[in-house]
Amino acid sequence: MSGEIAQAFARAKARGEGVLVAYAMAGDPDLPRSVDVFAALVEGGADILELGVAFSDPIADGPVIQGAAERALKAGSTLKRVLDEVVPAVRQRCPQTPLVIMTYVNVIMAMGEARYAKLARERGVSGTILPDLPPEESAALRATFDAEGMDLIPLCAPTTPPARAQAIAKDGRGFVYCVSVSGVTGMRAELPPDLSQRLDLVRKAASVPIVAGFGISTEEQARTLSAHADGVVVGSALVRAAHTEGPAAAKALCADIKRGLRR
Amino acid sequence: MSTETAAGRFGRYGGRYVPETLVPALLELEEAYAAASADPAFGEEVARVLREFVGRPTTLTPARRLTEAWGGADVWLKREDLAHTGAHKINNTVGQVLLAKRMGKKRIIAETGAGQHGVATATACALFGLPCEVYMGALDVERQALNVFRMRALGAVVRPVESGSRTLKDAMNEAMRTWVSQVSDTHYVIGSAAGPHPYPTVVRDFQAVIGRELRTQAQAAWGGLPDAIIACVGGGSNAIGVLHPFIGDASVRLVGVEAGGHGLASKQHGASLTLGTEGVLHGSRSLVLQDEDGQIQEAHSISAGLDYPGVGPELAHLAKTGRMEVRTATDDEALAAFYEVARLEGILPALETSHAFARGRELARELGAGRHLVINCSGRGDKDVATISARGVPPPVGVKA
Repeated sequence: MSGEIAQAFARAKARGEGVLVAYAMAGDPDLPRSVDVFAALVEGGADILELGVAFSDPIADGPVIQGAAERALKAGSTLKRVLDEVVPAVRQRCPQTPLVIMTYVNVIMAMGEARYAKLARERGVSGTILPDLPPEESAALRATFDAEGMDLIPLCAPTTPPARAQAIAKDGRGFVYCVSVSGVTGMRAELPPDLSQRLDLVRKAASVPIVAGFGISTEEQARTLSAHADGVVVGSALVRAAHTEGPAAAKALCADIKRGLRR
Repeated sequence: MSTETAAGRFGRYGGRYVPETLVPALLELEEAYAAASADPAFGEEVARVLREFVGRPTTLTPARRLTEAWGGADVWLKREDLAHTGAHKINNTVGQVLLAKRMGKKRIIAETGAGQHGVATATACALFGLPCEVYMGALDVERQALNVFRMRALGAVVRPVESGSRTLKDAMNEAMRTWVSQVSDTHYVIGSAAGPHPYPTVVRDFQAVIGRELRTQAQAAWGGLPDAIIACVGGGSNAIGVLHPFIGDASVRLVGVEAGGHGLASKQHGASLTLGTEGVLHGSRSLVLQDEDGQIQEAHSISAGLDYPGVGPELAHLAKTGRMEVRTATDDEALAAFYEVARLEGILPALETSHAFARGRELARELGAGRHLVINCSGRGDKDVATISARGVPPPVGVKA
């Protein structure tokens, strides 16, 4: 697995903190200004950056990220341009922060899996999350990524039965992304009551750290979850803050959530 | 004969590319469907409802005036437009809603393009007493007012989808997103032989009743098999339904007709088999209309049911292996075919079906006299009258303009 991701978790642990994986859409509102958003997230305390690459048909995303994808596509964002223009600029401004790409499998297929893995690794991407690629479909892609040193980060869902969740966790790369709610991305007032139990089960089986994501937007939620996970992913809330109030608002929200992750 | 090369795979195509949240539901559906398929009581129940309620078997009608006008093979029409609700879609929704009931699901969601699948789903839900929600692109809601009314009259909730191109593809995205949120008690009735495994197989099996009936009827009518069968292809459920039982019969030419829209060079069409490239859309790997960055392109067709940038994986496999011939018909050709069929046969075909008719003449002539050409008359054109009449109606027959 990528050393960078492991180091980010180790550094946070040494500081007595859970990891904040912060998501924003590359190319929203345009490519250069999305770099400012990513830099602001790191200034706010993000430990790992998740760079969304827009897809026209995002079946795992709720309205906030779907809207961001539409803006990014309008601004001319493509996987190639994100790798050429956004990733190097973010690396320059946040050299310590591991970068993970989140997109849909069709976007990767269109570039070519091997070409993507090589190019992304060269530019400094450590991992990739593909929410529409379940384990049954991922073997070939994962082998390609493994050969290049790119982590294919797996997802577990609330509907995933325990044995399946354990198998996914045991063989994970980078970290295991535990989807907290049955649903699409987006803020939720309440998280399911059995979430901590599920996280404990996955964490016990996992060979890599685990994070909880989907629906998380507050310091309080981060505090509750950080007892059961090595970190949290925050997406829609940051995307909305950056879109409506600008990078400084997203930075402030990162700082709030980061407070919740202190142990 | 099966074209399934592994569970859910048709050569390079098929699979299950969905959020992990849905995978257990798809596994559950696969298992429940296998159990139902092996249970004679289930098969009998489906057959009984098709007979008593849907009006199956639908007739095989000789199209004598088209035969004469086209000057080639004998033309026959497999009349899915005579099935209850006016299209083949009901074959699948009856099957899937019965399956959902068997699985103990409490509610049904569906997507629809032209509205035929939405109406068919709402109808099956009314018949079996389940609440129903139908996602429909906002543009299609405008174009298909009659079907929107029918769904509402049947008790379904119609949810217009404003994202993207506001058509079928976006309705399907929204239905999948909704399903991810409500997967525990909800069954998603996909209307095309597309989507993640096992849907392409389930939908094909429920629609294959069309082709099975045709085999029997062809034997009775002329004592042989058809020499060619034509069907229109959007997602492809009527096509795979009528063609599948003949895949193993080498003498039968299988022909799919896609939406040529404003012409293949215009980039405004729905010809994913002809011009699509390999990709993943709505849960399966198939041929899709996309740009070089993997963004799905908006399809165009005068018919809302063919206005889809993907196609079922089994049809992609049949097309790529050459078993199915693929042709296209433009909007204008489909409109011309609509009036030709209306005035020569007394049938108003759906605009989708009109695409199949548009390629009928040349195929009839290629086959020649004494051969038998069957056109799958997938649905009736009532729902399309606003679209068609807006372009002006040609002068009446036998009256000087």
